[in-house]
Amino acid sequence: MIQGHISRISGPVVQAKGLDGIKIRDLVEVGDLGLIGEVIEIKGDAVSVQVYEDTDGLKVGEPVKTDAKPFLVQLGPGLLGSIYDGIQRPLEIIREQTGSFIERGATGEPLPTTKPWHFVPAVKPGDTVGVGDIVGTVQEGPTIQHKILVPEGTAGRIASISEGDYTIAQPVARLESGDAIMMVQAWPIRQARRYAEKVATGIPLITGQRIFDTFFPVPKGGSAIIPGPFGSGKTVSQQALAKWSDATVVIYVGCGERGNEMTEVLTEFPHLEDPNTGAPLMNRTILIANTSNMPVAARETSIYTGITLAEYYRDMGYDVALFADSTSRWAEALREISGRLEEMPGEEGYPTYLASRIAEFYERSGRVVCLGKDRRQGSVTVIGAVSPPGGDFTEPVTQNSLRIAGAFWGLDARLAYSRHFPAINWLTSYTLYLDALKEWFTKEVAADFLDLRTEMVEILQREDELRKIVQLVGRESLSEPDKLLLDVARTIREDFLRQSAFHEVDAYCPSKKQYYMMRAILTFYHECQSRLGTMPYDQIAALPAWEELSKMRYIPNENFDGEFERLLQRLTAGAPEPAPAGARS
Amino acid sequence: MATGLYGKAYRKIQDIKGPLIFLEPVKDVRYGERVTITDSLDHSKGGQVLDVGERAIVIQVFEGSDGLDKKGTAVFFTGDVVKLGLAEDMLGRVFDGSGHPADGLGDVYPEAELPINGSPLNPVARRQPFEWIQTGISAIDIMNTLVKGQKLPIFTGAGLPANRVAVQIARQVIRQSGEELIVVFAGMGITSREYSYFYREFQESGALANSVLFLNLADDPTIERILTPRLALTTAEYFAFTKGRDVLVILTDMLNYANALREISSAREEIPGRRGYPGYLYTDLATNYERAGIVKGQRGSITQLPIVTMPNDDITHPVIDLTGYITEGQIILARELDRKGYYPPINPLPSLSRLMNLGIGSDKTREDHKQLSDQLYALYAQGKDLEKLTAIIGSEGLGVAEKQIIDFTARFESEYINQGDQPRSLEESLALGWDLLSGVARGELRRVEDKYVDKYMPKRAAGAAGD
Repeated sequence: MIQGHISRISGPVVQAKGLDGIKIRDLVEVGDLGLIGEVIEIKGDAVSVQVYEDTDGLKVGEPVKTDAKPFLVQLGPGLLGSIYDGIQRPLEIIREQTGSFIERGATGEPLPTTKPWHFVPAVKPGDTVGVGDIVGTVQEGPTIQHKILVPEGTAGRIASISEGDYTIAQPVARLESGDAIMMVQAWPIRQARRYAEKVATGIPLITGQRIFDTFFPVPKGGSAIIPGPFGSGKTVSQQALAKWSDATVVIYVGCGERGNEMTEVLTEFPHLEDPNTGAPLMNRTILIANTSNMPVAARETSIYTGITLAEYYRDMGYDVALFADSTSRWAEALREISGRLEEMPGEEGYPTYLASRIAEFYERSGRVVCLGKDRRQGSVTVIGAVSPPGGDFTEPVTQNSLRIAGAFWGLDARLAYSRHFPAINWLTSYTLYLDALKEWFTKEVAADFLDLRTEMVEILQREDELRKIVQLVGRESLSEPDKLLLDVARTIREDFLRQSAFHEVDAYCPSKKQYYMMRAILTFYHECQSRLGTMPYDQIAALPAWEELSKMRYIPNENFDGEFERLLQRLTAGAPEPAPAGARS
Repeated sequence: MATGLYGKAYRKIQDIKGPLIFLEPVKDVRYGERVTITDSLDHSKGGQVLDVGERAIVIQVFEGSDGLDKKGTAVFFTGDVVKLGLAEDMLGRVFDGSGHPADGLGDVYPEAELPINGSPLNPVARRQPFEWIQTGISAIDIMNTLVKGQKLPIFTGAGLPANRVAVQIARQVIRQSGEELIVVFAGMGITSREYSYFYREFQESGALANSVLFLNLADDPTIERILTPRLALTTAEYFAFTKGRDVLVILTDMLNYANALREISSAREEIPGRRGYPGYLYTDLATNYERAGIVKGQRGSITQLPIVTMPNDDITHPVIDLTGYITEGQIILARELDRKGYYPPINPLPSLSRLMNLGIGSDKTREDHKQLSDQLYALYAQGKDLEKLTAIIGSEGLGVAEKQIIDFTARFESEYINQGDQPRSLEESLALGWDLLSGVARGELRRVEDKYVDKYMPKRAAGAAGD
């Protein structure tokens, strides 16, 4: 234990003296209240500490204590379903201790220390184990098996191991060397957890959202960013993804965002069903809530805490999705602390190391072969929201994230204004993963899945060109095929891409149904194209099939095959009845 | 060093710069501590410690540093952070921007004292907002429903009637709640004309008895504005979470608040961010705006209605932009509507209430509310696009359906938005919305289900829809 004293206080940055032997990123306790902080600069005999709590009321001369160890997260059974702040303080326990408002200096154990877990060994005495090997499992919640891994720096032959109920503080196995293996291990958050090797990604993260799954898919282990101006539905999109994605474990980091939005997640997730297992969503979720009014330094830490937890479950061989809302708030926290350190600013006042920090973060995503003999694979998918000031995508956080992330889901305020949700712009968004995912879609959904997608994208592209012409000369001057294309484009936009998060059926759309919907729209389009010679455009525009297409999304998600087959038949069968008189006259 | 009325005086002043005093180090000074400063004529001012170091202590003077010198100025430390005395008796009272009575009615005897910075509400202790607040304004109630516990700013432009809208809402919600709800009003840098408007309106409508006013005028010290919203929000928290009342907080104008923050930042020679505002503007605004909400297991709520002027109607201005990112939606006033003489000139397209869905629906407002609102939005957006098109190609190029939408758009503005000062009931607003839709062909109404059309659309719809 090293002890020094406070020499200066300026907002969340406190300077201390007398801390010889302390290292950058070591954890310290500041002042009589023991506020937690992290060393970010050493200058002469003074050490700068970013404090994770409000520094009001601190005095020069108050003690600063440290064990000279970095900030470690606790990893072990009991993480799932928890709600932490940016420095892994369990918010439920803090609430029991200090009431509705967070008092300073409050602490709590991140994992339940007295709860017994039933441990089932996977190895036996005499087996040799190394880092990353699974020594046994405990059932964490109804659906997820928590695998107990041999921690870093431990290896040897098992001397004793037995099934039974253990708390996280009791050893579940002993090595011949005398080393104990516990269910809990600690890890410094700023260091990526080790793996054997990174491998190619080829399985999409299925989200049930048509704009993502069909138009701009991301593989498990990929990364995507969602930038958008305020009011364009960033958080709604993130939450829909967190709710419906088929990752085994979901980590949602509310980084500098609204308290009420966190509450929405906290209120809804325990009641929502995981579409893949039927269990409450909360059972597979860890929430990290550091709202905008909570201390800025803990906000900076929150995304590292989140990604370390994600890597831990990845190392068990699971697919993990991490949602960071919003990375801009994290970048601003960096900027704020950099400013307090009086560092020379780079672009827009952000520190010059912004780009490398963003890259480091996104590079912790990926599909890997985990450490351990069984060469199991796991993945971390990172989806980061970006909040560009004024909706200006040229700002540094968006631009630096774009260089790294594999998919770009650009939100559009104009779409949001007309209540088109998810308000993802289909022209500016892109994904770099289509080639990687081609095989999967072909095999698992339909051979022509990506062809249909390409045709839809082309129609929308062409629509954009035509709309510019319409702006100048009006719709009536277009040729009939072009008018038809506009109608189809509108159907694609309104009845395919638009999806209601609040409708019981439409909220989640299985891949196969997405495929059927695409096929129905395009089949009908081709049918109309072929009829254009024999049937006036006005009659085609008034065909009742258009309305049928607009209701496809409400076809129940179970047993829709027959329904769609019949629909496809109707769309192509013979000459339909003429439109009711007067509808378009 | 002499000991005076306020305790021990410290006089070793190094520099005075803008609203800041740099004092030689003093032992046991707390960060954020409240201080009293006296000048050579013994006039006292309030202040707060901004930075404590071994070389200097930086103090921000709330009433500004005018008249202070190095010799005659004394600083007294109170040993505590800035707190506000609170009491039930504050209802019906007017205070200045530093919390002193400004109505000549004498001091309030405090029942409690709370630090004005508050503590962050634990996210797990928050209750999700669930109840709507009726403002009597269709463009809000139907299109951007205000929900108890929400923070919904009004973005306005110079010369637009934001204050009138704010007062109308305050008056209406107090009346609607049967005087259960109270209003805490904070004015930062408001003109004396605005001051007398607010005061008169609150008094004449009888709303004053259920209100607490904190008013910092345009010619009051700028720095005081840093305090004003915090005082208002501390008062609101007291009434909401100690007394169990529903509180509506109106903060006007947060642009003036942000400018005061910028002034202090530049005096401290901090590295400026966008347009000279400090890098911590987001965090600072958030610590104010986030003091809204509902606490689990407690009665009472805080709803915030901040008013922010968009300089030059620029919605990308940093203060507007950051406010929009923190708050749960926004109500935007439009110059175009105001020029047409429409009141309240709320432009629904960029306006948004993010919590709307929590407060509406069959058991709260009415089953068709959401679909009706979405439909009105979609049509109005389409109509505005068509208006632009008509300007280029004339109305001859339009089809029947398009002409119907143009007609809808005109009626929507002149009847639906332009309702004047008269409040509308929920039923009136909904009925008028359906009436507007009845002029448009059914095929164009993609956001409303048949069952609601059958139930709520006025009967002449059948003819217009063409079947």
